[in-house]
Amino acid sequence: MGTLGNSLSMLKEPAIIKFLLNGVLFTLIISVVAVLFSIVFGAILALLRNYCKRPGIRMFGRLAAVYIELFRNTPLLFWIFICLVFCPAPKFMDHAMFGLSSVNNKLLFKAAAALILYTSGVIAEIVRGGLNSVPKGQIEAGVSQGFPMVAVMWYIVLPQAFKAIIPTLLSQVITTIKDSSFLANVAVIELMARTKQILSAAKRYNGTNAINVSDVFVLFGVAALIYFMINFSLSMVVRSMQKKDAAVGMHIGEKLLGRWHSGYEMKTFREAGAAESIMKEGRKAVM
Amino acid sequence: MSGIFSARGWDKIWTYRGTFLLGLWNTVETAFAALLLALLLGVVFGLMATSGKKALVRISRIYVELIQNTPLLLQMCFLYYALAFSGHSLGIILTGILALGVYTGAYMAEVIRAGIESVPKGQFEAAQSQGFGYLGRMYYIILPQSFKVILPPMVNTIVNMIKNTSCLYIVGGADLLSLTYSFVTGENTGGSYAPAYIVCGTIFFLMCFPLSTLATMWEAALKKRERKAVTLKEA
Repeated sequence: MGTLGNSLSMLKEPAIIKFLLNGVLFTLIISVVAVLFSIVFGAILALLRNYCKRPGIRMFGRLAAVYIELFRNTPLLFWIFICLVFCPAPKFMDHAMFGLSSVNNKLLFKAAAALILYTSGVIAEIVRGGLNSVPKGQIEAGVSQGFPMVAVMWYIVLPQAFKAIIPTLLSQVITTIKDSSFLANVAVIELMARTKQILSAAKRYNGTNAINVSDVFVLFGVAALIYFMINFSLSMVVRSMQKKDAAVGMHIGEKLLGRWHSGYEMKTFREAGAAESIMKEGRKAVM
Repeated sequence: MSGIFSARGWDKIWTYRGTFLLGLWNTVETAFAALLLALLLGVVFGLMATSGKKALVRISRIYVELIQNTPLLLQMCFLYYALAFSGHSLGIILTGILALGVYTGAYMAEVIRAGIESVPKGQFEAAQSQGFGYLGRMYYIILPQSFKVILPPMVNTIVNMIKNTSCLYIVGGADLLSLTYSFVTGENTGGSYAPAYIVCGTIFFLMCFPLSTLATMWEAALKKRERKAVTLKEA
């Protein structure tokens, strides 16, 4: 570890810092774009799988189920490799831009497509969880008011479902930020790939004319710290949201239970039991 | 996509079936060894997190947060290069087992912590009042009860771990996916992309799909039982 000073001196090189920070930017952009697209595709898949059960349209529901299960049970890297060969890249990606060469831009498009395809399958299952949490009566009430099914979904079911899954979706952003590092296997675009590339060129910068263990520790340490700071702050947001939800649940539960104890409105044990469990769950999560 | 039906492509795969079998074996070996390590770490850190001792809780928290908030690929690369450049290289598979085990261990620890916390407090107190020591309390009273809560997310974690064996690719790769990739890009074997990826994907699917389906079914059964318990309360 006598070379630690040499390794640290690499971090004073403005070119290296800029190279890494650009990588961070790409990591964030790729992840956010992938999640946004995946939310759209995932919601469509989830709706198809959940509600296309009548004979004429059952086919679509089945196809959505096959898609979801296929992508959930195979590795992301598998789809990245497949997209490298089979996914066509559009013409406008075939130029040098964003500070990347035209080859890297095409790779970026293909790998990002794979990331979107894969994440869609995961988000579809999350959205399905949200859809299942919306009481059936909501759909029935909507239909009985004369809304067409599409309007029931768009105005009544989806808003409630998404409200319930916002924390889970945010933790999926964390997962996607981690998953975006898989792009390092095929192209030098995001943080992970750039860290690896600097390491392989470290002997040019650290002044010892060799790659030392301390280079590994410094470079990967910096990358890990960046990933950690991004993901940890996101997970703090998720946690505070869940706490808030739980606090609301506790409040509702306490209110309902209070009413029951005063012999008011709630007549069955079942309702009281439900109120009690809501309150307990909430209290446990808040503590 | 024209390659799917080309007899030559499939023929080539049959000739080189050993490559795929070797990859499958390496993936299974890595996953199994990593699972054992992950279970060990998960139990230790999960128990630490629920021990109520501030220092132990904090140590387990740091482990879980550090590992869960950085990519597995980064951890694996770090481990591999740190060992390689200090002259202690362990080889690809062993490095993979260690990195994968430590990574999955953090998820296991969270699963086990949540499972233990799902057991009502009264159970701990009752066991203590009956004179059980810490280990006896955990082994006979708490863990058996938390098992049904732990099982579904644990199986999901295992599925993710099997998929994550593909991370070995970045350190040189000996697993199924890496060998498939070097098969389709190899000089003598290359070209038959579609058949090779179909074989590789099918193998992964056959390993993961039964497990994840089982987890989903268990979870549904668990929810049903809970609902029943609420209804019984009513009667």
